[in-house]
Amino acid sequence: MSYEMVIGLEVHVQLKTQTKIFSNSATLYGQEPNTQVSFLDIALPGTLPVVNRNAINMAVMFGLAVDATISKNSFFARKNYFYPDLSKGYQISQSNNPIVQNGQLEITTSKGVKAIRIERAHLEEDAGKSVHDFIGDQTGLDYNRAGTPLLEIVTHPDFRSAEEVICYLKNLHQLVQHLGICDGNMQEGSFRCDVNLSIRKPGEDLGTRAELKNINSFRFIESAIHYEYQRQVNVLDKGGIITQETRLYDPDNNETRSMRSKENAFDYRYFPDPDLLPMILSDDEIISIKSQMPQLPKVRREIYTKALNADEVNFLMDNPTVADYYDVLAKSIPAKTAYNWVAVELQAVFNRAQSIFDAKRVPVDILLELIAYVDKDEISLKSAKAVLQHYYDQPQAIQSIVDQLGVRQSNDLGFVESLVDEILAQNPQQVQDYRAGNKKLLSFFVGQIMKNSKGKANPKQVNEILNKKLNE
Amino acid sequence: MSILKTLRQKLDDKSISAAELTTTYLKEIKDKNNLLNAFISVNETEALAHAKEMDDLIAKGERTLLAGIPIAHKDNLCTDILTTTCGSKILSDYQSPFNATVVDKLKNQGMTVLGKTNMDEFGMGSTNEHSFFGAVKNPHDLNHVPGGSSGGSAAAVAAGLTPFATGSDTGGSVRQPASYCGITGIKPSYGTLSRCGLVAYGSSFDQVGVLAHYAEDCAYLLQAMAGKDNNDGTSIKTDPDFFTQSLHQDVTGLTIGIDEQLLSKLPSVAQALLQDCIDVYQQQGVKIKPIQLPDLQPAVSSYYVLAPAEAATNLARFDGVRYGYRSQTANTLDELYINSRTEGFGAEVKRRIVMGNYVLAASQYDAYYHKAQQVRAKLKQDLDAIYQNVDMILLPTAATTAPKLGAQKDPVSTYLSDMYTLIANLTGAPAISFPIGRIERLPFGAQLMTNNFQDHLLLQTVCAFQRETDFHLPQQLLQGVGA
Repeated sequence: MSYEMVIGLEVHVQLKTQTKIFSNSATLYGQEPNTQVSFLDIALPGTLPVVNRNAINMAVMFGLAVDATISKNSFFARKNYFYPDLSKGYQISQSNNPIVQNGQLEITTSKGVKAIRIERAHLEEDAGKSVHDFIGDQTGLDYNRAGTPLLEIVTHPDFRSAEEVICYLKNLHQLVQHLGICDGNMQEGSFRCDVNLSIRKPGEDLGTRAELKNINSFRFIESAIHYEYQRQVNVLDKGGIITQETRLYDPDNNETRSMRSKENAFDYRYFPDPDLLPMILSDDEIISIKSQMPQLPKVRREIYTKALNADEVNFLMDNPTVADYYDVLAKSIPAKTAYNWVAVELQAVFNRAQSIFDAKRVPVDILLELIAYVDKDEISLKSAKAVLQHYYDQPQAIQSIVDQLGVRQSNDLGFVESLVDEILAQNPQQVQDYRAGNKKLLSFFVGQIMKNSKGKANPKQVNEILNKKLNE
Repeated sequence: MSILKTLRQKLDDKSISAAELTTTYLKEIKDKNNLLNAFISVNETEALAHAKEMDDLIAKGERTLLAGIPIAHKDNLCTDILTTTCGSKILSDYQSPFNATVVDKLKNQGMTVLGKTNMDEFGMGSTNEHSFFGAVKNPHDLNHVPGGSSGGSAAAVAAGLTPFATGSDTGGSVRQPASYCGITGIKPSYGTLSRCGLVAYGSSFDQVGVLAHYAEDCAYLLQAMAGKDNNDGTSIKTDPDFFTQSLHQDVTGLTIGIDEQLLSKLPSVAQALLQDCIDVYQQQGVKIKPIQLPDLQPAVSSYYVLAPAEAATNLARFDGVRYGYRSQTANTLDELYINSRTEGFGAEVKRRIVMGNYVLAASQYDAYYHKAQQVRAKLKQDLDAIYQNVDMILLPTAATTAPKLGAQKDPVSTYLSDMYTLIANLTGAPAISFPIGRIERLPFGAQLMTNNFQDHLLLQTVCAFQRETDFHLPQQLLQGVGA
């Protein structure tokens, strides 16, 4: 009796180019309406699109990252429909022969590893924004977004659970940020997911799907999927049929609702755009793009896994900015040490300040200098943490912070020896007890010595000399 | 001496000033435009001021070819002065914030804009009777059409209201009116002139062209407008003398192909004129060879599938939302679109939009659009084979002289009359029409075509013809009529 859920995803990724895909307007978010708009973006008569090569390169890079086939001869097509935020009355998109085809992205869920097939990824331009009830009952149109490059990534209907969907989306979200082709900001619409959900009894043909649009958080997507699945089950159980339609998710009421659709099974009358020549890519060009690709997440993960434990790997993978910093640091010092300094100590400084991790606040070479002080036994590890915090609060040369805080260790063996002698002399009973077997007293001696030295003694030396003298 | 050369000489030796020159033309326009309706808007305020600036430059020693020379632009070329109406109600008040690239190029070389010329709406038509601003008349006989869609430009040049004019040619719209009005008109190879700022009709067919009396002047103006434009992805780089490189060379040894069968279908008077033209060329040492063009009816069908398809989408932007005509009777979004476009577009434009959307429908795509593309490709192949044996092809521009106003019967027979000109648009090739005589007082033109990017051959060959004949010389038209 149990229905299987079948899901395919269409993700629109806004590409992080400086200018739009067909015009040279800027692509910044949140600007005053209609201030990032060229004559082409509002479709003035006589304007022509000219392709932004960077958008093509980013699409190719994505294709390479998902082991897809790159079309060496793809072209743009006009997708025709009327809507006020679509200024030309057609969207320049791709239909047949998209630039990226037949890739895959692996996901790891509680059930194991699965490869999700990516049917295609194609380039297209974004539309403007309609602001309803802008003045009275009139709708305002902002064309700033019109013409921003999008990469539409379409999967086969390979998903069978919400968990799989979320896992894929997180991986994809991470991937496009790692590649540097998208800023991943879902609140600003840089990463938009449409969910196509249908249900069927196992073994049957695909059911009619509902399209869930405009859900801008992974949490809401998960809830929407659960709700929609149940809704469709209820419909079929009552003997009804599912209509193919677009639905919106209402997070306040946790339900999906049918949208008054602007196109019903519409014929877009696709044909090749005559203003844009085919995108011809040579093998050399593709190789060149490949060589400029940043490291792929799966490669990065493999490298981390060699030196760090699973939790540490996950932390870095989930925090790309921290990981970038770690990568630089780990070139000069051992992985574990680098991890500790970046992901524990430095991260703690930012956490205390309730601020995001910002590499510029504590440059890598400053941290390396501090770490060198510790390595050379000039300050203790404990003192180093204080120096780090002090640097964050008041950036200045490490040397001067060390002096200011007065934490420079003395590495004078004689000094340490005299301290040890002093404490041992002052506590003859404890010495006897220690020699009799109470090894716990060691920390008592160390504590006393460190206190007397006012933190200047080198703890390693203290331990060494103390042990020597106690075991004489 | 060509008109451009004559005007240049007079300006440089100060026998006339640019201001006087412009004033003269503005007066001709004022006196005669009401008879012809060739101009939609006239640049009365700015033209004179501009001409005076040019006089200052010339006085300082500026010796560029075009400084102070007037020109008129077809009203589908964007200009940041006056309006750019495309002959349509839907843009009747539209003022473009930018100049078309070719307009800018001519402006930067010192040309004075006299005004914007009348045209069939959005370039769709062959008689200039489909303009929101009324029909244009042929200056050779006011009861006859000037041809279209660049009818205003052709009539203006023929009647002496402007020495030169730009036009646009999608299926013959520069060459056919040139033929009907007894002047020279050329469509260059696709890609040689930028389309940025040319309001699009059939994007893969459109090219800016020139109308003038002398082929030589066409060459210089084309050269002044040529060049790769980063704002047009379909424009290409050409050498600085791409059009003018062989302008004055003699034509001995060149070969021209003639399709006897095609010619035999024409009225005998037209055949006689073409034969005279061939005789002139043979005397100049040109070799005439028989060729066979493919059946042209499929080419007409192909054009009338593909161009309207492109046009239907190119015209989708005219919706009353951001600029242009917006209906006052709309209460819903759908009504805004439907009413604005129904009220704003003329009948022929609507016809082609409907045709275009029909052939692009998913269910019809293979039968029409896809097939038409195949016919288009085949035509190019057939012509490539012909050009293995000849340098150029000679054929009529149109089968007849200018028809009477109101004579157009049904759209399909009108479409078929484009048969000889749309070949060049389907293949992206250059083609030129030049006057070779008259039939019952109305001008008749011949057309020379050649393979893509061999434009200079056409200009050279027509220049040679015009050295030996008088048909192209400007005539005093509209004598004793009006003003």
